[in-house]
Parts: sequence; C-alpha cells; structure tokens
Amino acid sequence: MSITRRIFGGTALAAMMLAGGAAHADDPVRIALVVKALGIGFFEAANDGAMEAAEELGNVEIIYTGPTSTTAEGQIEVINSLIAQGVDAIAVSANDPDALVPVLERAMQRGIAVISFDSGVAEAGRMLHLAPSSDALIGRTIIQLAADHLPDGGQVALLSATATSTNQNTWIAEMNAVMGDYPGIEVVATVYGDDLADRSYREAVGLMQTYPDLDAIIAPTSVGIVAAAQAVVDQDMVGQVNVTGLGLPSEMAGAIESGASQSFAIWNPIDLGYAATMLAYELSANGAEAAPGAVIPMGRMGELELDDSTTGAMALPFTYDASNIEQFREIF
Amino acid sequence: MSDMTPSGASIPDTTRNIPDRLQSPALKAFKSWETLLLAVAIAIFITNSFLSPYFLNAWNLSDATFNFTEKAMIAFAMALLIIAGEIDLSVASIIALASTAMGYALQFDVGTWGLVVIGLATGLACGAFNGLLVTGLGLPSIVVTIGTMSLFRGISYIVLGDQGFRGYPSDFSFFGQGYVYWVISFEFVLFAGLALVYYVLLHRTNFGRAVYAIGNNPTGALFSGIKVARVKFILFLLTGLMAGVAAVCLTSRLGSTRPTIALGWELEVVTMVVLGGVNILGGSGSIPGVVIAAFVMGLVTFGLGLLNVPGIVMSIFIGCLLIGVIALPRLWAMWRP
Repeated sequence: MSITRRIFGGTALAAMMLAGGAAHADDPVRIALVVKALGIGFFEAANDGAMEAAEELGNVEIIYTGPTSTTAEGQIEVINSLIAQGVDAIAVSANDPDALVPVLERAMQRGIAVISFDSGVAEAGRMLHLAPSSDALIGRTIIQLAADHLPDGGQVALLSATATSTNQNTWIAEMNAVMGDYPGIEVVATVYGDDLADRSYREAVGLMQTYPDLDAIIAPTSVGIVAAAQAVVDQDMVGQVNVTGLGLPSEMAGAIESGASQSFAIWNPIDLGYAATMLAYELSANGAEAAPGAVIPMGRMGELELDDSTTGAMALPFTYDASNIEQFREIF
Repeated sequence: MSDMTPSGASIPDTTRNIPDRLQSPALKAFKSWETLLLAVAIAIFITNSFLSPYFLNAWNLSDATFNFTEKAMIAFAMALLIIAGEIDLSVASIIALASTAMGYALQFDVGTWGLVVIGLATGLACGAFNGLLVTGLGLPSIVVTIGTMSLFRGISYIVLGDQGFRGYPSDFSFFGQGYVYWVISFEFVLFAGLALVYYVLLHRTNFGRAVYAIGNNPTGALFSGIKVARVKFILFLLTGLMAGVAAVCLTSRLGSTRPTIALGWELEVVTMVVLGGVNILGGSGSIPGVVIAAFVMGLVTFGLGLLNVPGIVMSIFIGCLLIGVIALPRLWAMWRP
C-alpha cells in the first residue's frame, strides 16, 4: 500500500497522522449494492432508491455493482474485490443462497456488515435478510386491491398458478385469514391456470361465463393476471370485471390503459434499494445489532422487525395504477 | 546441424558460413510471445497498483488468485489438447457433473477423500467418453464436445432441478478455502504444482514432442510411429481429470453444488489458452505462456473490480486484450519485414 499512499500525497498523509477517530469520521460510509447481474431494470431502480437513501443520510457512497451474467461465481469475484477495498457494508441479492456463504462469511470476519435483499442468502452468510414483503402482507394486499373498487361488496374469484404451488397457496391462505375484515365480499371460486398463458386465459373466460355477476378476478401470479386481463378485454367485460393481483408493470401497462385492471401490486424496487441501504448504514455506521426480534429503522420505509431467522419484511406490496404505471413500465 | 561443411571437401576460401542459429537464444526469448505477455502482465500490475490503493496487499492479491486458479488448471490440459489440434468445450459441464456426483455422494457418507475420488473419477469418465467418441469414431472434437457440453450439464439439471446440494464436510472446505502457509492458498500451490507437471510433460518428454508432432501434421506423426489416437485419448482423459480437479476446488470453495456451477467457463479457459500464445489451429504453444495468461486475466479482472468497473466493461477489455495481443505480432511483422 505504501506506494499508492505516497501518490495520494498530502491529504492521505494528513489523514494518517491525525488521531484515527477524528479522521475516520470524515471518510464516507461505503455501501456496496451487489445485484444479480448488471443491466436489469429492476436493480437499476433499486440503485435509484439506494442513491436516494445516500443523499438523505449524507456522507454515504454507494457502489452499485454485479456480474455480467447471473452466476454465483461472478458475484464471488465482485465480493472479493469489495472485501479488498474494505467497504463498510455489502447488500446483496444472491444468485445462489449457499454458494455465496463462504465469501460473505469472510467479509463479515473482516468487519464488513452484510445483508441480503430481494433474493436471500442462507443465514450463516448474512446478518439479516430484507424480504420485499411477507406472505401475510401479500395475502392482505390482494384482497384489499379488489375491495378498493368494491365499496358495496361483490363476488370475486381467484385465478392461481398450480394447485400445488407453495407461494400462491400460502398467499391465498393468508388472504382467507383476513376475509373477516371484508364482510361484503364473497370468494365464489378458485381456479388454476398452471402459470400457462393459454390455460389461464381459458380459466378466466370460464369464470366470467359461470359467474355472470362476477366483479373481480384476483390473480396472485404474473402470468395469470395478464391472461385474465386479456380475457376481460376479449369478452367485452371491461368496467364490469376488474382484474387485480400480482403482476409486472411492463406486462400490465396495457391492461391498466384498457381499463381491464384498475390496479395491481408488486414490490417496489426503488423502495427496496432505499431500505437495503438504510439497513446497511444502520448496521455498519450506527452500531445496530441484527438479532432475532430486533427492530431496525429504515428511514421513510418505517422499521424492519426481524424474525427468528433474522429475516424481515419491508412493506405491503406497492400498488400500481394509472397514476404511476408510465413511470414503472420502463423499469421492470 | 553444428557442422554444415560437406565432409571431405576442403575449399576453405569459398565455404559459406552457415550459422547454427538464426538468432541468439537471448534475442529469441526477448522477441517471444511469452516475453510480450509478461510485459503486459507487469504493465497491468504496475497500473493497478497506481490506480487502486487496495491492490498492493498480500491478502487481497491472494484473494485475487482464486479468480483464475481453477480455470488455469483446466487450461494447462486444454493447451496440450489444442496444440494437438483438438478442443474440449465440455469442461465447464464436466465440472457441473463432477460436482453433482460429489453432492449426490454426500448422503452415503463417503468422507472427504471419498468425495475427492468421486469428483476426479467423474472427470476422468467424462474425459474418456469424449476421447472415445473422438478417437474411436473419428468424430470432430468440436462437435462431440458441444454435444457433451449439453449432455453433462443436462444430467446435473435432471438430478438437481432448481435444488442444490450442500452440507459438505467441514474439512472438505480446505481444497477451495484453505491456506498452506500465510497467504498462500492450497489452490495456488496446486496451480503452481500442476503448472510444473504440465511444463515437464509438454516440454521435456517424448509425449510432449508427440503432441506437437500431431498438431503440426497428424499423418506425418502417424507414419513416424506415434500412436496418434492413443495420445489424443490420453489428452482427453487429462482434460477431464483437470476438470475434475477444478470441480473439487470450486465445489469446496462454494460449499455447495447447483447445476449452474461454472457456467460459461469453457470459453474463459479457451481464452486463457489462446491468450497464452497457443495456436488455436494446433501445433504450437507453451505452458509458461498459459501461466502468464492466467495471471494477466486474473490481474485485469481483479484490478478493474477494485475500481468497480462494471463487469461488461471487463469483458470488453479482455476481448480487446485478446485481439490486441494476437494482432500485435502480426502487425509488427507487417511493418518490419
């Protein structure tokens, strides 16, 4: 290191001669955002969120990086170079929950705060995991989205993926658990489109024919929601049947435009990048401890409560409608 | 060659003096590919240490070696194979299959050495399969190994799907994460040892001469009494074995197995070999060249990584480096006939 120190000249020398603590306070807190691969709109948006957090915190430098293809080996090379630079914190969306554990353990041994966001790392390899949302919050959101446009109650049907898909079944169970809060709304049927566009389309058409008074179709799957919206347009039911659930803004923009869908939800990558940066800052610079049950602040996103596996859910899924779809359709 | 004067004739005044060599060995070495590459490596090293304050640090440099050691191990065997006029594009898939076999064996409690043996044996078996198809049926190696590239990794996908194996024994982690002495990792020692073994094999044995002979003129080699098919088969075996060694190291370093392990490595290995001065058409090349090329690629990726240069820029840089280093001697020859 000696040669380069000399090049940096006066400032570096002065910094070295000053008492450690005082000089250290002026160094920016360097937080690295390691994404699955560069050039993915979702993560570019997360970087925007990270920048927003950095501006809010001040004295924070964001290093946005990742491999060219979504491989664990590529992420390990990136993380190795971040360890070498001695960054203060690493927030990673992992391509592989297990393969990153050894390198991230080494990062933590060298005093770097490590969190995973979006796509998690096994417990041994990170201090906490920031999940975009939780099963309970998603279950609550999908029925709320339908209820928002049914003030007088009505009939809704579910169009799910496969009958055995764990995610969808969990969300539907969580939704059923809160149905007591929506007394006027009746779930008339649950059908399965197997996450295939044509099958989902036929099931949606079938629902509208079987239940002529149907008011909304809830599809907690990005394939099903697009197919259902198309079916509503083709059956000339726009305005009568509202399609909602979980979908991607880029795929759903048309359905919002046509009116087949009033609104739908998915996590917001900007909020996710913002919250990940806030948490990384809290752990590295503010001395927060990531232990089961801990509550860690994350700026405008509120607080993150950690469960027994030190995982926390950020927020309710973010709602997309005519007011913001144009902004997000370009992102992901 | 030392005495070109026709025997018996003694006409000293008109005898032309034919030199033993066209140029001195020192000059030849100076003009060689390896020297050029070494100069590039040193230039990159110096540039890196000026550009990043984190570069000149023993631990960081040690970490950086992991970027290329596993690929270089395969590159040694691949260099011999390419010199002999063949190629193996299935090496990355052999890693996947060998790693999957080791992961599968975990449930039978075979112990650390059992896992290593299984990894190496899978590599050997894959190499033998490639070798049999190429030498036994006389198929072109590029076609055969593009096929087995899909086949070997396909088997991993069938076994694993979107799942992974983990829970390797703790002493198994030594191969990919252990240190022999201070910052010298086990992988680096293995890399250096294998470099020496392949140097001796290619440059100091009859087998090595046979490899060059086959690459330059397979028919001529056959008529010179070289068992061409057998040499090629052994080269495929060696390449498979090296992929097995790399699989042990990489699996140990990752501590887990997924079917996507080492995805795309075959091209990085071939890049390393070609950058090392091995003629892609066969017939020439050296192990020292490949060793230096490994360092060049490792130093470039690590140096650019320290500057947080996006990966795509790194790929462009490696591509330009490859074209540049290959084009430079040719341009040199054009300008200075």
